[in-house]
Amino acid sequence: MINLFEVRETNKMIEEYNLDVRTITMGISLLDCCGTDVDEVCGRIYEKITTYAENLVSTGEEIEQEFGIPIVNKRLSVTPIGLVGAACCKMKDDFIKIAKTLDRAAKTVGVNFLGGYSALVSKGMTAGERLLIESIPSAMACTERVCSSVNVGSTKTGIDMNAVKLLGEIILETAESTKENDSLGCAKLVVFCNAPDDNPFMAGAFHGVTEADAIINVGVSGPGVVKHALEKVRGEDFGVLCETIKKTAFKVTRVGQLVAREASKRLGIPFGIVDLSLAPTPAVGDSVAEILEEIGLERVGAPGTTAALALLNDQVKKGGVMASSYVGGLSGAFIPVSEDRGMIEAVKMGALTLEKLEAMTCVCSVGLDMVAIPGDTRASTISGIIADEMAIGMINQKTTAVRLIPVIGKTVGDTVEFGGLLGYAPVMPVNRYSCEAMIDRGGRIPAPIHSFKN
Amino acid sequence: MKKTIITVVGQDTVGIIGKVCTYLADNQVNILNISQTIVDGYFNMMMITDTDHSLQSFEDLAKGLEKVGEGIGVVIKMQHEDIFKSMHRI
Repeated sequence: MINLFEVRETNKMIEEYNLDVRTITMGISLLDCCGTDVDEVCGRIYEKITTYAENLVSTGEEIEQEFGIPIVNKRLSVTPIGLVGAACCKMKDDFIKIAKTLDRAAKTVGVNFLGGYSALVSKGMTAGERLLIESIPSAMACTERVCSSVNVGSTKTGIDMNAVKLLGEIILETAESTKENDSLGCAKLVVFCNAPDDNPFMAGAFHGVTEADAIINVGVSGPGVVKHALEKVRGEDFGVLCETIKKTAFKVTRVGQLVAREASKRLGIPFGIVDLSLAPTPAVGDSVAEILEEIGLERVGAPGTTAALALLNDQVKKGGVMASSYVGGLSGAFIPVSEDRGMIEAVKMGALTLEKLEAMTCVCSVGLDMVAIPGDTRASTISGIIADEMAIGMINQKTTAVRLIPVIGKTVGDTVEFGGLLGYAPVMPVNRYSCEAMIDRGGRIPAPIHSFKN
Repeated sequence: MKKTIITVVGQDTVGIIGKVCTYLADNQVNILNISQTIVDGYFNMMMITDTDHSLQSFEDLAKGLEKVGEGIGVVIKMQHEDIFKSMHRI
């Protein structure tokens, strides 16, 4: 039988160390909404989303109350709109119509974000997908809750450098189109390599074409819980350290598994995966950087940071896979700068640079995330940063992503305030040397040798 | 039977158990087990209960208990047992 100490441990995790379920994300396929008339397609999209997700938010709140665990976000992901709109979108405005429909549907059902304004172009772009990408700056400016992502590479296909070049420009345009809000539009746009089909976290969530009609994916978090557990094993060797992270990740993931199962049962929609990511927030005691510092770094960014992050990421996965039958999504440790108090501090103090962050992305679960850079950064330089990150993902057979925010009108030394979970960030310096000639080459980078496993 | 865990945490004072039990009895909640201890000067109690026969909904019971807690100056939480079982039992 459950005893008092176990109950206390669980409730302390929730009340004092910020254990929460970060998101219940319902994935909805929109493939059956396709058609040749954009208005008809929009009608079907709105109808399907608002029917399927009608009870998502209230069910989430019910579970929250009954189990006493906060479920911070209820969200939606849909089939990449680059596919859904391929037949009916002849110009950018057609895609914008769909974006507005998605925004309206998200507001109707009460979710705070909807992901899937996306294109999968890892080997090349169709005309429709190119149009969608070109429409992103306006779509991000005229919608509030729609998130966009573009997959420009994979280990199996290589990297579409034409898309990388285009996205450098698109990110700058998106920054410009939302410059009144500190270029916030870029916080809703992610560029991926090896994007997972079942990721529940924003801004990169979309409902992959390999998925069922609708699915429930759950993202759990809990950096504060891991940090607190590690405080108790200060000075112990790596064996003890790893064991502690693993056990904690197991416990956290079990909660996610429970919530996922309950949500799936109550909504009558199959359970997809649990994503066991340590996702920080700007709140005190909810930081991945603080875990790394607890491992023994004076500041995140110091020598040893990559090793510490590598072991953290690996142990989180190892603890998590035992706790859930279906682990997926990104799973590991996120290192967004603006959403993590410890990261922000480290950047301010000069301990953490863009280059060190890039090294860290080789071993974390995603990539260069929520990094504010000067607004006058050249498009080709942004493309260069994307290309580097995509190459890391392609060669290491892992997901990598780039979510850069070139803040128009701001430069190194300034701070940007995004608000809420998106936090605030100091603008980071970018290497000033050009890579324009390389980006201008066009074409694609072939798949690496280890992709030929057939 | 779905078991519900009720936890009471706060400054120790006379009559905490009495008041909580009275509320539960008034609402047809059966107490299956009680354990209680003092940690760092704070009163900590856990009850395993069966709410199947209560006429109140889970939400109303939880709110009622919260109110009882406010009256005594302690925090009372009510949660389904599954969250603890899934975390601590394989």
